[in-house]
Parts: sequence; structure tokens; C-alpha cells
Amino acid sequence: MAEKLLVEAINDCFHVELERDENVMVMGEDVGRAGGVFRATAGLRDRFGPDRCVDTPLAEAGILGTAVGLCMAGWRPVCEMQYDAFSYPALDQLITHVGRYRWRTGGGMEFPVTIRMPYGGGVRAPELHDDSPETYYVHTPGIKVAIPSTPADAKGLLAAAIRDPDPVVILEPKLHYRTLRGEVPEGEHVTPLGKARLAREGTDLTLVAYGSMVPLSEAAADALAGEASVEVLDLRSLKPLDEEALLASAAKTGRVVIVQEAPRVAGFAAEIAAVLAEKAILDLQGPVLRVTGYDVPYPYWQIEDAYMPSVERVVDAARKLLAF
Amino acid sequence: MATAEKKSHALAPDTLKDFLREMLLIRRFEEMVEERFRAGELPGFLHVAIGQEAVAVGVCRALDDGDVIASTHRAHGHTLAKGTHPNELMAELYGKIEGCSHGYGGSMHLYDVERGNLGANAVVGGGLPAIVGSALAFKLRSEPRVAVAFFGDGATNIGTFHESMNLAQLWGVPAVFVLENNHYAESTPAKQQLPIDDLTKRADAYGMHAMKIDGQDVEVVYHAAKKALKHARDGKGPVFLHVETYRLTGHYIGDPQVYRPKEEVRELRRTQDPVEKLRSALELPDGEWEAMEREVAEIVEGSVEFAKAGTDPKPEDALKNIYA
Repeated sequence: MAEKLLVEAINDCFHVELERDENVMVMGEDVGRAGGVFRATAGLRDRFGPDRCVDTPLAEAGILGTAVGLCMAGWRPVCEMQYDAFSYPALDQLITHVGRYRWRTGGGMEFPVTIRMPYGGGVRAPELHDDSPETYYVHTPGIKVAIPSTPADAKGLLAAAIRDPDPVVILEPKLHYRTLRGEVPEGEHVTPLGKARLAREGTDLTLVAYGSMVPLSEAAADALAGEASVEVLDLRSLKPLDEEALLASAAKTGRVVIVQEAPRVAGFAAEIAAVLAEKAILDLQGPVLRVTGYDVPYPYWQIEDAYMPSVERVVDAARKLLAF
Repeated sequence: MATAEKKSHALAPDTLKDFLREMLLIRRFEEMVEERFRAGELPGFLHVAIGQEAVAVGVCRALDDGDVIASTHRAHGHTLAKGTHPNELMAELYGKIEGCSHGYGGSMHLYDVERGNLGANAVVGGGLPAIVGSALAFKLRSEPRVAVAFFGDGATNIGTFHESMNLAQLWGVPAVFVLENNHYAESTPAKQQLPIDDLTKRADAYGMHAMKIDGQDVEVVYHAAKKALKHARDGKGPVFLHVETYRLTGHYIGDPQVYRPKEEVRELRRTQDPVEKLRSALELPDGEWEAMEREVAEIVEGSVEFAKAGTDPKPEDALKNIYA
């Protein structure tokens, strides 16, 4: 195993998967010659040619719509949306078509498309480069959603998405592209969709998180050391959701705090809280709490730290619940 | 620039009789749909293309077997002309398992994967990017196939139209864009929704080869489509086929058409009916016409019987085919 940055693990995945399957191709803005603004697709055009690493115009609905046609002809396209909020024009194709074709055709059409994008804040960028749009995707029938928090999972979940017969959206924590390093298995490496990861074992309280909120939750668990034994559950896959792992952890600790960077109302944390209310109520020692962003556009850099869930806010929520 | 296309050579009378029979079948099928709608048997929203039959038949008869189409919300004619059996189409409108979309799609989501029909589309302009993707796939695999998009004048105002035209021309893919200009976007006449008189200019803006033709003469449509398809198949890039046509009914069944004078519709019916035009051009003897009418009526009535005898889907069927 080699140590890699999170974005290097994604690039490694592409090299492995395009070599493995000649139907896999990459398309997006600046992905070819430039290798992507974050260098996730570096070297692919030189190695696999411009037909399998396609530079596109700035046209997100066109990119995803083109991928629909490519899927119909047997390709497995991976579309890069340059930033989280740049994906919104593509929602047109995603919501109206991509998620519905299989159903509409009674299973007659298959859409093995992967849509990946850098997401989330903490990088001092202006508002439309910091969004956490996972809820839009999770709420769309026919779409699967995964969010890695480690370099190994960034490689493994992308490989799983590329090999999956259904449309999968992968949100990659851009904050950690070049700030998080970890062991990454060499060669083919697949992290199955729908399986959570126990990032840290504990007995008193569970922090449920995904993506960039996982390392933050681990830091909060460290800060609580000596007060409580804190478990950190990394969901990895939002849809399908590993309910079994969630309910097992809730049953073990009896206390759950969900950490989510996205705005609060109807965010994915609310779905987790609903699942716990329906299926774990008798295991719980106190209310399910959420630490989230706020219901405002993502603020500019002078005040973005106040928006983002912090270790302090997570610790405060945990203490409140432990004292309930 | 646009070039006015004239008949280059006459088709054999038997071929034209075959076109007439197909156009008559579409006409009587759609009249039956109107009748069954008014009788309360077909709920929902239905759009017929009465008056535009020569476009569907002229283009689809010019296709090769491996060519694919994407249709619009006014899709019955394209679907029948591409080879779907009237029984399967009527069964779909009745929401039956035996329908071409297995009762999941309805009038605006007709699919026939086997026959290269990539689908009707309730969202105006929705199928265009997928046609670009299919054409790109054919090009990448060096397959001599063409992807054909049908759309209306209203669609030329939508973003996906422009993204698709740009991508298709940029990549030089084998696609034909068939603009069925019926001069109304739903209820809005051209002068209220289009800032230019000649929509062929839309193609000029992308440097795309364009042709403008009379869509009420099936022979003209057929010859122009043949030329356009050859151009695309020969690797010379996409073609914009601007077809002037007329909708002789409302936007939807039951549309009171308050937006145009009754005299306009009467005049169009008198002068621009493609079925009547071909019938008189062929100087078909009354006996032969009546025999054709009987044959078509039998098929259409048979399709209603087939549909009514079909299998109703069960509620749990809606839960299938969301994912593989």
C-alpha cells in the first residue's frame, strides 16, 4: 500500500478503471489537456486518448445528457462537474431523465453513469464553490449517492460507482483533496456501495457523519476523550444507506449526534434522525441532535468558519446529550 | 445557409401508397385516441400531431435499421413510423403491461429500445442531449449509424437545444436535428416567442449544415431526410432539417384554441392536410382509398381491443426497476 493524497487516490482509480474496462470514459470541463482543475483526471488523455477523456464545453446539462446517449450505446461515462454548484444545470437531465429511464422502460435501458464533483466548504472560495448538495441527489429516485472521507474510500467508492449498473453521484470533499493523506490499496480496489465504516469505536455516544465531517467528528471524539467514549460512524454511502450499521451503533451507545455541513432544513441528517425515530426509539437515551450548516447561502471567507460545523459545536452537542 | 429542397426524383407509386397508408394509420390512430379520451377511457394529458404525419413518415422511412430517434411530447406518429405496433402503443396509453413502456410511461414517455426509439419526452428539448451522446457513441465506435432528434419550434428557445447543437457541431457527430416548426409553442404563436423569422438561422449560428423544406409533402420530407442522413452517415457532421409543418388541432386534446381564429384552422385543414395532399396527388381511385380506410380502421379498432384486454399493472410494480 502506498500513501496518497485524496485526489491522488481518485486519479489512481481512473487509471486502473480505464485500463480495466475499455467502455469507461471520462468527460467534463478541463478534464483532458488540463487534467481537471483539481488534477483528478491528470494523465488520462495522454494515456487513453482524447476519445476516452473528453474535454467538453461549459455545458453541464449537455454533458450529462450526452452521457445518457453514450450509456444507451454501451459506454460507462464518468462526468465531472467542476464544482458542486456547477452541477445544478445538470439537475435538469438528472431529475427528468437519468433517474427515471430504467423505470420508464420497464428495465429496458441501463444507465451506468457516474457523476462526480468536488463539494463542500472550508477552502475560502466564494459561495457557488462551497455547496453541499447531497440532499438534491439523494431525494431523486433512481440515483445512488456516495461521499468518501478517506483516500482509500475515494478510490474504492469511485470504482464501485463506475462498475455499478445504476447512475451514481459521488461527492468528493474538496477541502481534503490535498490536505488528507492515507494508505490506498494498489491496483483494483472497490469499496461496496451501501456499507458504512466504523471510523472509531466507542460506547457512550455516536457521531454520525460523512465526507469532510468525518475527520471533524474524529477530532471532536478526541476532544471528548476522558469524558466519554465516542463512536464515529462514517456513512460513506447515503443511498443505499447502511441502516444496519446505523441502528447497531445507536443500540450500542444510545446517543446519536449527526453532523452535516449542508443547510439544516430537510438535510440528510433529518433523514437519519427519522430512521432512528422509526426504528431505534427504545434504544435511545436522549434526543437525536443535529449539528449542521445554516439555512443561508454559503458565506464568503470572512465568516465561513462560523457557518461550518466546528469541533466546538460538535463537542457542545455531545455534552448536552450526555447530560440529558 | 439554408437551401430550399425540391423533389429531386419521384418515388414509385407503390412506395407513395405505402407512405399514404402509414400516414392514414397515424391519423386514424390519433383520431381514435381523441375519441377514447373524450369517452373518458384515456385519462391524463394527450397531445396529437394531426397535420404533422408527413414529417414522421418521411423521416422514419428514410432511416436505416440501426438508426435511432428521440421524440417529443407529440410522439404517437414518430413511434408508429419507427415501427412500434399500434397494439403496443394503444396498450401503453391504456397503462397496460403489454404497452411499449410496460404501462410505466404513457403518451409522453413512449420507448421502444429494440426498434431504436430512445423515447418520447414530456420536457421540451429533453431528448436532444441524449441524441448527441448516441451520435457520439456511433462516431467513437465508427458505426455507420445516425441519431435523429425530433423537436418543435418551442424547443429552440430552451438551453439544452443550444448546448446540443453546439456539442454536435463541435464534435462533428452523425446526428440530424429535425425541427418540426408548427408555428406554435403550445399556445404561443411564433411572433410572441421567437425574435427571428427564420429558425434556420439557429443552425447558422453553430455553423451547422441546414435545409428548409415543406413538411406537408411526404415525398419532399423523405428525399431531404435521405440527404441529411447521408451527410451525417458520411462523416460530414450533423444536419439541421427545418421542416415547415402545421398542427391542425390544439396543443392538447380538449384545447379550445382561443389563441387562434377558427378560420385559420379551417383554412389549414383545407390547404395543408398532408394526407389529403398525397391522396389527391396520387389520384387514388375511390375504391382503393376506401379499402385503405377499411384496412387502417381494422388495425386501429384492433389496437383498442388489444389494449382493453391487456393486463393492469399492480401497485407493487411501481417499486420495480428503479435500480438494477
